[in-house]
Amino acid sequence: MINYFGKALLASCWFMLLTLPVMGIRLNSVDQTVEWQLGRVALLGVAIFFLSMLWTWCFSRKARGQAIVSLPPAVSGSLKQLFSLPGRNAHTRAVSLGIVLVVMLAMPHVSSFYQTNIMISALLYVMLALGLNIAVGIAGQLVLGYVAFYAVGAYTYALLNQAFGIGFWACLPVGGFMAVLFGLALGFPVLRLRGDYLAIVTLGFGEIVRLTLLNWASLTGGSGGIKDIPAPGFFGMDMDINMSTMFVYYIVLAAVIITIVVISRLKNSRVGLALQALREDEIACEAMGINLARVKLSAFALSSCWAGFAGVIFAAKTSFINPASFTFMESAMILSMVVLGGMGSIVGVVIAAMILILAPEYLRAFSEYRMLIFGAIMVIMMIFRPQGLVTGERRRYRITKLHGNAAKERA
Amino acid sequence: MDFQYFIELFFGGLTRGSIYALIALGYTLVYGIIELINFAHGEIYMLGAFTALLVAGVLGIMGFPAGGILVVAALAAVVWSAAYGYTLEKVAYKPLRGAPRLSPLISAIGMSIFLQNYVLLAQTSDYVPFPRLLPEMEFLDEIGVMGPSDFLILVTSTLAMIALSLFIRFTRMGKAMRATAQNRKMALLLGINADRIISLTFIVGSALAALGGVLIASHMGQVNFGIGFLAGLKAFTAAVLGGIGSIPGAMVGGLVLGIAESLTTGYLSGNYEDSLAFGLLILILIFRPDGILGKAKVQKV
Repeated sequence: MINYFGKALLASCWFMLLTLPVMGIRLNSVDQTVEWQLGRVALLGVAIFFLSMLWTWCFSRKARGQAIVSLPPAVSGSLKQLFSLPGRNAHTRAVSLGIVLVVMLAMPHVSSFYQTNIMISALLYVMLALGLNIAVGIAGQLVLGYVAFYAVGAYTYALLNQAFGIGFWACLPVGGFMAVLFGLALGFPVLRLRGDYLAIVTLGFGEIVRLTLLNWASLTGGSGGIKDIPAPGFFGMDMDINMSTMFVYYIVLAAVIITIVVISRLKNSRVGLALQALREDEIACEAMGINLARVKLSAFALSSCWAGFAGVIFAAKTSFINPASFTFMESAMILSMVVLGGMGSIVGVVIAAMILILAPEYLRAFSEYRMLIFGAIMVIMMIFRPQGLVTGERRRYRITKLHGNAAKERA
Repeated sequence: MDFQYFIELFFGGLTRGSIYALIALGYTLVYGIIELINFAHGEIYMLGAFTALLVAGVLGIMGFPAGGILVVAALAAVVWSAAYGYTLEKVAYKPLRGAPRLSPLISAIGMSIFLQNYVLLAQTSDYVPFPRLLPEMEFLDEIGVMGPSDFLILVTSTLAMIALSLFIRFTRMGKAMRATAQNRKMALLLGINADRIISLTFIVGSALAALGGVLIASHMGQVNFGIGFLAGLKAFTAAVLGGIGSIPGAMVGGLVLGIAESLTTGYLSGNYEDSLAFGLLILILIFRPDGILGKAKVQKV
């Protein structure tokens, strides 16, 4: 016990020393004075003392193979039922999905304009996170420049509209297609790369796309971006801003539902199984006769396609885009949603994206610390729960007939 | 396009390149031992620059002489950055030994975002001016190709690299580091404390990055919480260019990248300066992933 406290005390002292300059000193360069903010450092020391004990406790639980947080059996049981494979408990599942759907459909009618707007951006992030989940979660290819495809979609719509007056609905598939082309353009050269090198190259690719958008001012308007992008139309109907926001909301909702359906079908398809094999072991995957190049390219194409769609919708929603919306921090944010939700798990990623976008919006005090917390989440999840909030379920075969026969033979 | 102009660009590139080389050494050392791209390394460099700025500010207000301030601030930056590097490894990477390879990388990205926002929240999001601390060096005016800060950067980074090479080559700890990089299991069997060597690697790498941070801050005259990201990526490019895991490779890679950037900016256009590094990085990784001085490795089952 003394050892326990001693360790925490040591950690707390160490962190106080560590953060002394950056947290404790503030320079006022105008009137040449130093503000010592030792109170902050002391507060941090106290926090670290408790955090350190928590940290040690978590490790001891992890070492004993126990879950860090164990829910009461009733709660965890019903959660399991909710997220379990279709077939089992199909009834509970259908009912709960129905409730969620009704709530989502009714939402813009009962909530304010502002809240609908927040929900639209949350749903866009859900779509992006699900799209990235194909590459990172299902296929195991860490893509750090995902926001580039989002930018491609957004700029496709903005530019086509600006130059030729093409409408939203025509641009939606074109934006997706352009994103796929970019995905393949990135995918081809990096076929041989794996793991961390792949991650860095995709990051570089994302930055190059952003820098090109920024510097090619004659085409993209540079840092000024593109203004006055029209909202999506509905058979030429006249819509005021409230109506059109509501309409965009339903478009995003429909897009998210389609994404979820497609990805859950994809996971158990031939391509999806090949992608999962790729994630588990590239060499074994190739030995099983899977064409690595084709599978990797389809992972990139499938993943980037959703970012393209989301980009078109984003451009239509905000009516103004510029390269500042497509920085690496966006990619990192989408990645942290995938990591928090659980790689390969659809439900988890949806929940994580909702939490990470909505929580800072509604807890204003917390929104300043948003990126700090995103960063911390990525580290903590990797250490204590690498599988995410909701473990991605793998399809399992239970060959009952075979087991039955074996049992009979033994008898 | 006369010769004088070329020489100026060349020396500008050399200055820039030696900073890249200092940071790249940290990437290469860590990668050589635990095969991890320490994504948060750029942030350590930024923390070094910030620590130096704060310490220099306090000392300046207390009225110390400029030369003394520079030395003390640089020393503080090195010490604190080394401590940050050590803590970073203990908190974010050590628990992940033996985890799948992507886990520590994601943890590193998380740490990089965390540290950036830590400085942003604790200090400011603005560019902060870095005090002018360099002594005048009159003999440089006669040569006329570089200012005092360029000269200081070249001399300091050369000395640091020589010191590192000697340390790695001749000291007991340096030998242990090389042994661990070659084969960690074998090193363990020979009684080398691998954990301690890994910590040492982070400390040495972070100290070098901090040195780079102080030098660049006094060269550019300003510091911001976001400077680590780009500098880190460029230094990583330099490390890969030279062959990641190879110490002379990192030095050569840094210089090559710095000169290439400087010449592109001087002769073509400054707009695509950053794209050049990323483009170069992608090309190397695709065509020669082992870099200029690296050895090809075969992926084993």
